[in-house]
Amino acid sequence: MRPGAANIVQFENVGLRYGASAETLSDISLGLAAGAFYFLTGPSGAGKSSLLRLIYLAQRPSRGLIRMFGEDVVTLPRARMPGFRRRIGTVFQDFRLIPHLSAYENIALPLRVNGVAEADIDTPVREMLDWVGLSGRAYAKPATLSGGEQQRVAIARAVIGRPEILVADEPTGNVDPEMAERLLYLFVALNKLGTTILVATHDLHLVPRVPGAQIIRLDKGRLSMPLPSDMSGNS
Amino acid sequence: MALFGRGSGSWLTSAAGRRLLPEGWLSGPMPWVIAIMMFLMVLAAATGLALGFAARGLGAHMSGQITIQIVDANRVRRDAAADRIAATVARLPGVASVHRVSDREMAELLQPWLGAGLADNDLPVPAMIDIAFDPRAPGAMQATEAAVRAISPRARIDAHAQWLAPLAGLIGSLRWLAGVLVLLMAAAAAFTVVLAARAALNTHQATIEVMHHLGASDGQIARLFQRRIATDALFGGLVGLALASLVIYSVGDRIADVGSDLLGSVDLPAIAWLILALLPVAGTLLAMLAARLTIITALRRQL
Ligand SMILES: Nc1ncnc2c1ncn2[C@@H]1O[C@H](COP(=O)(O)OP(=O)(O)O)[C@@H](O)[C@H]1O
Ligand SMILES: [Mg+2]
Repeated sequence: MRPGAANIVQFENVGLRYGASAETLSDISLGLAAGAFYFLTGPSGAGKSSLLRLIYLAQRPSRGLIRMFGEDVVTLPRARMPGFRRRIGTVFQDFRLIPHLSAYENIALPLRVNGVAEADIDTPVREMLDWVGLSGRAYAKPATLSGGEQQRVAIARAVIGRPEILVADEPTGNVDPEMAERLLYLFVALNKLGTTILVATHDLHLVPRVPGAQIIRLDKGRLSMPLPSDMSGNS
Repeated sequence: MALFGRGSGSWLTSAAGRRLLPEGWLSGPMPWVIAIMMFLMVLAAATGLALGFAARGLGAHMSGQITIQIVDANRVRRDAAADRIAATVARLPGVASVHRVSDREMAELLQPWLGAGLADNDLPVPAMIDIAFDPRAPGAMQATEAAVRAISPRARIDAHAQWLAPLAGLIGSLRWLAGVLVLLMAAAAAFTVVLAARAALNTHQATIEVMHHLGASDGQIARLFQRRIATDALFGGLVGLALASLVIYSVGDRIADVGSDLLGSVDLPAIAWLILALLPVAGTLLAMLAARLTIITALRRQL
């Protein structure tokens, strides 16, 4: 078997350049093992969000190779992208909840996109609402929810489709420390069920809260720390 | 390309799908613009169809009828020639009917110009014979003309084609014009839909982006908008058809009032009404197609 072939995400010498400027990401080689928990850290502007965008298929790299679920996604035909995206749960930094839909409808969206029958939607949506502690706010519109509540709706929406990997961009950025801990607990619970987790954060205080989590450090678009052997692409 | 979705598209037609794009039904000017265009389109199409049927009647008339006039101040000689011609022509092969226009009919025909009491004065009036031919017998018209000349060299022979030809030409051109107008209206309606679809894409850009990230296919996203635009187009189309039908109906009544023999054939048979009724349906399909192509083209620009 190729080295790193069992990884759910594999980067080899990936570079990303926006337009004609200097590379935002350079020479990124890393692997994410299925079922593991990762923090992606680094100062603001290091390229964390850019790296996540490559993973949730919002961006193609300028160079290098990216494999996800064992397939090359750089040359993946556009028509196959939706199928891959449904296997990836994304919590956006700005939540991206649909403002005119209730919390319930926002959370139900991935199931509907996936063609789940209308009769089979209510139970999982109620379960997710319960899981993130928002059963009482099911019919509230995002604008009437607090930052922490919106974040939990966003997490529930990212998770309801049972993705194989969950990526979250600064999920604790806009909430108080107590809420941050509650959110982190959701990710840990999900990870225990087997979902690979990648959380981008500039807040290093979070890291010790998750025993066994691994750290990927980015600095000025490059990996800046020696990686554990299972994380490098060519070990 | 599946214009109508299957499988995972079904919820898009449900209440949940409707909530996703919250803009109210019949919002904006689109349905009304389509109603106006459909109104004009149905009128143009109806005119084209009516002219088509009129032209067909005219064509039969032109290829199959002649009128013979015998002008002679001596009424006895005139009638004798007319009777001989009528009798001879009636025996020729390919002649479907021979009608000697009676003096009373002539008097009626001429009354508007010459006034009543025509029969009482000595004004010389020509004798007229209408001859209709079997359309399947070519050459019967020439044979008849030869026979008429042999009996009365001074008889005037009017093939109806001679004086109907310019009218037929005019009707032909008007039909073309009507056809071109229908196509132009359809094109304008399609462009309107493209603009409306682009505006909708802008309005709902954030929603589309989220759907895209959640793994919605281009087809799923396009169907959301198609349904909305189809309802608007169908509504506009039906309003336009209804208004145009009213106009066609009342114009038809006016023509009937005029009572012209020629215009009397400008009448819409059931098949023509069926074609007109299908225009809103065709317009709705065209609108869905235009919307779909616009949206899919825009979506293809993203990864
Ligand atoms: N869409 C974009 N177009 C151009 N430059 C971008 C874009 N997104 C990010 N950048 C630039 O890339 C660099 C890294 O940004 P980002 O990935 O957001 O870092 P981080 O999430 O670590 O703060 C920044 O200099 C930023 O200005
Ligand atoms: Mg960022």
